[in-house]
Amino acid sequence: MVKIYNDGKRITAALYGDLDHHAAREMRAELDDVISHSRPELLILDLENVGFMDSSGIGLILGRTRSLKAVGGELLIKNASSEIAAVIKLSGLGNLIAAKSKSGV
Amino acid sequence: MKKLINECKLKFPALSRNESLSRSAAAAFAMQCDPTVEEMAAIKTAVSEAVTNAIVHGYRDNKDGVVEMHMKIFDGGVLHIQIKDKGCGIPDVAAAMQPTFTTAPADEERSGLGFTVMESFTDKLRVRSAEGKGTVVTLEKKIGGKN
Repeated sequence: MVKIYNDGKRITAALYGDLDHHAAREMRAELDDVISHSRPELLILDLENVGFMDSSGIGLILGRTRSLKAVGGELLIKNASSEIAAVIKLSGLGNLIAAKSKSGV
Repeated sequence: MKKLINECKLKFPALSRNESLSRSAAAAFAMQCDPTVEEMAAIKTAVSEAVTNAIVHGYRDNKDGVVEMHMKIFDGGVLHIQIKDKGCGIPDVAAAMQPTFTTAPADEERSGLGFTVMESFTDKLRVRSAEGKGTVVTLEKKIGGKN
């Protein structure tokens, strides 16, 4: 499940549940819908309520960075658990994880 | 040869909803070795990758396909999980194991990192495959290293 919080320029998409191949198919459609409609400068993926993620999540993140690039936007990840952060870093996308100090994100 | 302590077999159709079933079953079985949170996450992730590969690539989402999981615990807390499909097989296993390698069309957004994740989250990874016959992936991990 995806919950969207939109303040115009910045969108936070809170993902819920396990982020595997099964769930990614549905989340992808919802996220692309909001990206193409709102053309945000920044999309924040909030993973606080994601308990599990495998490389299908990496595919989802990579795909969204591409759809955002097409509209001039960027992607950041916040609240990833240490286990999920390990998968993200393994893929070389660790730079997308928001630093804790950026409390505004 | 280490002594077999326990084993469990599971068979299910190649439906994507069974990805979560497979890793939950692996987690429940691995509980017997008293894993850390980190070890548990590693097992779930590696199993999820192998099962997703069987469903997406082995059977190409053909729901008549059957995925078999054979889990074993050996003396000393060594966990073996074998994931088997009778799907299309991998023509070149070494190439398929390279990071970012994928045969899926771009619109499916497969990262090509499945084997990379399996390798980094287990102690040993074995892949046997024959074109047209199927693939067997064996994950091995020692659990409860804290003891």
